[in-house]
Amino acid sequence: MLLAAVVALLLFALPLIGLLQRADWGNLLDDLRSPTSTAAMRLSIETSLMATVLAVALGMPLAWVLARTDIPGKAAVRALVLLPMVLPPVVGGVALLSAFSRRSPLGSWLYDVFGIQLTFSPAGVVLAEAFVAMPFFVITVEAALRGLDARYEQVAAGLGASPTQVFRRVTLPLIAPAVAAGAILSWARALGEFGATITFAGNIAGRTRTLPLAIYLQLESDPESAIALSLVLLLVSFAVLVGLRDRWLGGARR
Amino acid sequence: MTLAAQIQVRLDGFDLDVSFTAAPGRVLAVVGPNGAGKTTTLRALQGTVALDGGRIELAGSVLDDPGARAFVVPEARRVGMVHQDLLLFPHLSARDNVAFGLRAQGVAKAEARRRADEQLAALGLAAQAGSRPSALSGGQAQRVALLRALVTQPDLLLLDEPLAALDPTVRGDTRRDLRRTLRTFSGIAIVVTHDPIDALTLADDVVVIEHGRVAQTGTLAEVTSRPRSRHVAELLGTNLIQGVATGTEVQTGGTVIHLADAAEGDVFVTIPPSAVALHTAEPEGSARNRWPMTVASIEPSGERMRIRLDGPLPLVAEITTASLAVLQLQSGTEVWASVKATELHAYPR
Repeated sequence: MLLAAVVALLLFALPLIGLLQRADWGNLLDDLRSPTSTAAMRLSIETSLMATVLAVALGMPLAWVLARTDIPGKAAVRALVLLPMVLPPVVGGVALLSAFSRRSPLGSWLYDVFGIQLTFSPAGVVLAEAFVAMPFFVITVEAALRGLDARYEQVAAGLGASPTQVFRRVTLPLIAPAVAAGAILSWARALGEFGATITFAGNIAGRTRTLPLAIYLQLESDPESAIALSLVLLLVSFAVLVGLRDRWLGGARR
Repeated sequence: MTLAAQIQVRLDGFDLDVSFTAAPGRVLAVVGPNGAGKTTTLRALQGTVALDGGRIELAGSVLDDPGARAFVVPEARRVGMVHQDLLLFPHLSARDNVAFGLRAQGVAKAEARRRADEQLAALGLAAQAGSRPSALSGGQAQRVALLRALVTQPDLLLLDEPLAALDPTVRGDTRRDLRRTLRTFSGIAIVVTHDPIDALTLADDVVVIEHGRVAQTGTLAEVTSRPRSRHVAELLGTNLIQGVATGTEVQTGGTVIHLADAAEGDVFVTIPPSAVALHTAEPEGSARNRWPMTVASIEPSGERMRIRLDGPLPLVAEITTASLAVLQLQSGTEVWASVKATELHAYPR
């Protein structure tokens, strides 16, 4: 039993050790400062933040509906929302392509009427990232809304607060930790998105080549720089884990 | 601006049918054992349970009347509520909890906070205004919850077991503060409680509910001195005396009552009628509370007799029919009444 556990732990630890050991620490900063790297990092940060904003703005009402209303077919709606979490990202990319490419009805309408092309554009990157990231936000916030004592909202309403005031002054502050956690999870997922992005938005330097895509590409041409970028994402992951330690690692404060 | 309530609710086989009225500036206690229908009564007034029959009218407007298909939702009723669990907003300071209702009414933030601070200071909570509920003691949190409900000046204030969740050591003082605050409230206050002491010390009027029906209703003095059933007698049929305590002595209208435990300041003293012993001559022995009395009336109460006595202080004694025969009491008989100090309880008022 203990032996198997050690093997399992090594399975997690060895790749990490490999990554740290292969890093060219002396030239790390230079690798990160190269134009290819900075372009990928800037694009990744911009698109992942926008995807997070999108996930929060759209995911919040969705979480509220799932937690608080009794709409018919709610189980089906929830399954649909959770699907991107288990769906292979590349399949998600193909699905997005089918819906929004310029050859699809919706995509051609968007292009003809608004001049918007999602495929092979930064906007497509944002959409692909939001597609895979939003479920993390929705399930986190929905759980928090369910766990909230609805009597606080009743008290607020009883004191004369309108539904908007109740949500803004009572509901939202009470679930704020879950909203923050959901947003961070979504952002981390969006930042690491690869499959759906490369399938839907392509791999155009400076426009759709995010960090994970750059790492994949540079592994052939410039492995040192690929490892340096990988370390950046590893660092971000650790930061997220530390930030959410109370929720996930059974922190002592809860 | 009175409340007239005829509340008929059928819930899971439980059948509630109670009627009562309540007047502004007075405190009505709804008393009864657990499961009697107190909470359902409260929720019907609040609007979280709809009536099946009857009618609720508050200050001239109908809140619920199934016969006329009229129902006002809870948010639209001018009804304040203090929950047993208080339910103070955990993310807001005591000040912002109190200011919440004012802000919802559109009062500007600074003004709402100023008025909340004023109210908090009046209850001695100036230092706690910035504290979150988790940092307040049980008694402090209870006061904040009361102020939060009162600050919007509701027509009707409902208090659900307001002292039940408190530590017994702070209950007396908190009850006294609650009483004083309710005295200044010009609307109708209804206190739902299973604790007779709450009713005795807070209420002007009483409704006793048993098994979903009103067992007795009236002013506190009427109900305590003339309980109409054995059950009501056991619950509320006690001698309630106001006085000023200094140590173990309580001064009340020239008469001194001796307590076993020291108290200080304005108090209520309860003397259970069954603890009042009657004697034909001045009793010897250890009872320090003894007064010469005259029998005013004799009423049966279940298996016992309630003897109403006039004297230095009005008193009701409860004795068995056998004792009555031995003492040969009738209206006008002169007797001595004695009570052991250990039978008395004092509550701050």
